[in-house]
Amino acid sequence: MSILIDKSTTFIVQGITGREAVNLTRECLDFGSKIVGGVTPGRKGREVHGVPVFDTVAQVVEHNGGAVPDGSVVTVPPAFTKDAVFEALEAGIGLVVIVTERIPRRDVAQMVELADLRGARIIGPNCLGLIVPGVAKMGGIGGPAKDAAKAYGPGRVGVMSRSGGMTTEISSTLTAAGLGVSTAISIGGDAIIGSAYAELMPLFEADEQTEAIVIYTEPGGRMEAQLSEWVAEHDSRLPIVAFMAGRFMDSEEMKGMSFGHAGTIVEGKEDTAAQKIERLQAAGIQVVERIDEIPDAVKARLHEGAA
Amino acid sequence: MRTDALFIGIEIDDEAAKDTALAAKLEEVCPVDIYAQAADGTAQIVAVNVDECVLCRLCLDASPDGAVRVLKLYEDGAEL
Amino acid sequence: MRFYEYEAREIVKRAGIPVTDYGFTADAGEAGQIAERIGGSTVIKSQVLTGGRMKAGGVKFADTPGEAEAHAADILKLEINGHAARGVLVDPRAQVKQEYYAGVVWDGTAKKPLILFSDMGGIDIEQVAEEHPDHVGRAHVPTLLPVSDFHAKQAIAGAGVTGRQMQRLIPIVSRLAQLFQTDDMTLAEINPLAELEDGSFVALDAHMEMEKEAEGRQRELLRALGIADDEERDGHEPSTFESAVSAIDAADHRGVIQGKDTGFHGDLGLVIGAGGGSLTLTDAVQSVGGSPANYSEIGGNPSVAKACGLAKAVLQKDGVEKIAVMMSIVSNTRVDIVARGVIKACIELGKDPAETISVFRIPGAWEEEGFKILRRYGVEHFDRSVSMHEAAQRAVDKIQGTTAP
Ligand code: SF4
Repeated sequence: MSILIDKSTTFIVQGITGREAVNLTRECLDFGSKIVGGVTPGRKGREVHGVPVFDTVAQVVEHNGGAVPDGSVVTVPPAFTKDAVFEALEAGIGLVVIVTERIPRRDVAQMVELADLRGARIIGPNCLGLIVPGVAKMGGIGGPAKDAAKAYGPGRVGVMSRSGGMTTEISSTLTAAGLGVSTAISIGGDAIIGSAYAELMPLFEADEQTEAIVIYTEPGGRMEAQLSEWVAEHDSRLPIVAFMAGRFMDSEEMKGMSFGHAGTIVEGKEDTAAQKIERLQAAGIQVVERIDEIPDAVKARLHEGAA
Repeated sequence: MRTDALFIGIEIDDEAAKDTALAAKLEEVCPVDIYAQAADGTAQIVAVNVDECVLCRLCLDASPDGAVRVLKLYEDGAEL
Repeated sequence: MRFYEYEAREIVKRAGIPVTDYGFTADAGEAGQIAERIGGSTVIKSQVLTGGRMKAGGVKFADTPGEAEAHAADILKLEINGHAARGVLVDPRAQVKQEYYAGVVWDGTAKKPLILFSDMGGIDIEQVAEEHPDHVGRAHVPTLLPVSDFHAKQAIAGAGVTGRQMQRLIPIVSRLAQLFQTDDMTLAEINPLAELEDGSFVALDAHMEMEKEAEGRQRELLRALGIADDEERDGHEPSTFESAVSAIDAADHRGVIQGKDTGFHGDLGLVIGAGGGSLTLTDAVQSVGGSPANYSEIGGNPSVAKACGLAKAVLQKDGVEKIAVMMSIVSNTRVDIVARGVIKACIELGKDPAETISVFRIPGAWEEEGFKILRRYGVEHFDRSVSMHEAAQRAVDKIQGTTAP
């Protein structure tokens, strides 16, 4: 199995006529995903790679005989993202992947608050979406279908990453080592995101295919602390291996600077790489120094579990 | 006419270059503006953009066989 | 965007929070006039975007307008941590009974703003939280539902404050929580929030930071504060390299490049990407004993000219002879386009690409085409079977001359 999406998952693309969205639609269709409609205001009647375009989410639902799609990929400019996400949530869509970056935090917080009220889940913003190798992908993750298939082989490890590109690098490493990936999620690089590691853990925990977890993380924020607490409170069957990038940011000269993603800014002494590594290790999460050490670390942990 | 940059060379058959309809089409299809229609309507090659060619074949698809050639200079002038 | 104290106070005042009858000026003579108008003792405070004003002599007390003018003249000349003063704030010297702290920040875990309140104001809140946790009250506020006074009340009660003080504090803290959202702040802090001898409350100092992503929709407020649309307030002055890279990025909408070299002093130029990949690779170079000359990011699908521009900017830095071109597996960025760009940069600078590019490790989209180009120019390149760390190791070995070129 997988988490969040499977072969029957239907979704729409909001902002489908944008340049990146057109590519993403092609890639997802080629990979086997079911895109049941697109939305761009004022573009009703068009088609993008055979996917019908509508003005509103309600029109997509109507077109599909009243069936509400399971998910939506939102890729509209930052100033319009909140509205698009509200529209999806109020239409009853349960999984919203927000690709857009540079959305102010207040908007993100409001989207998350509405999603909570509606019992829906948000992935992102500033993410590439998620992929179930060999089955479906939702978002630009992994790129064109043939590239995605090359990097993402089906397997046993769940991947969660604050960096979209590193989701692919790590998954490719796991695939090359014969471990493969159950579901990989680019969770987003912003300071506030819809689903952090700890919030996705219960889903992986319930997924039989997943036997271990790999996370990619960065300085900034308290997401690792939250994961460490989750691990301490739940007797999880899943070993976790973490990779922490951005250790160089701990140097005195880099203080107050942000690198990579908007969320990497270190705002307190708890969010430095060194502090995070310490906290993860204290919770029994193995932190590796190099990406190429990940497969062996995962294998060793799986062995321990089996013994 | 032919313009070679570092990695890419573009050649437009001299007769074809005079075809103003083709010139307009080339200018329209190329995503990196390698073709431009001159004031007299003929096709021109924009030298500074030649190395930006993304090998998308849109110019080849838009023109009759042999009218336009895209050459990969890093591959001994292999034709796209 | 970080605000000067005089701007932060203006923001607080606009939200209906009481402030003292202060004045701001960049002219010493005018500072004297403001002191005259205020009457009595005043405090002259340097307006700089850095901490440690008090220690550096940027805050002085004056008993007369003449003294205020003299202090202002001194403070205006004073550089603090390399920052020149924007002006001085002339503030009446308040008769303070007790100092409180009120602040609002984003809590990324709860995904909501968090009010922090303490009856131990005037000092750093992190220190209070560590040493006197029972003196810090906290409350989350909603973003979709309205902020209500009870949220403020909870934070105040959490610090053990009650009575008439609580009643007076509730509207102030509530307004601070509201302005935090309406004005798109990432930090809104009043410290100290002072209770005066007469029982009234005023904001004696304020610290505000606005989220960069929201500056566009906050133009009206920024203009009202006298901040020009193009005013940059990065924490530091951009270096020559940083400005050059920004200019190259702005000149062309395809793809995104970024470059930083503040705090980097090494000899290995890095042409790397994207967000997470750049962090990983910078660490990788350092972990194998290398010394990066800069940090960079290639994102999206840049043009050949943009990739070339970044590589040139890196190569033109003093002491940089070699660059390492590395990324995690790419799906949007094209390997062949980046290969063309970096090779072009070498050639246009009269350098041999095979010598200058120590390694090229970018697997992914259009890699076959990219590798053809690299092979033609004799540039050592790797596919995904060589890890990011192995590639970094190879680049560092080459620059340190521990291996044949
Ligand atoms: S192949 Fe594409 S990019 Fe290259 S010249 Fe033709 S149209 Fe332009």
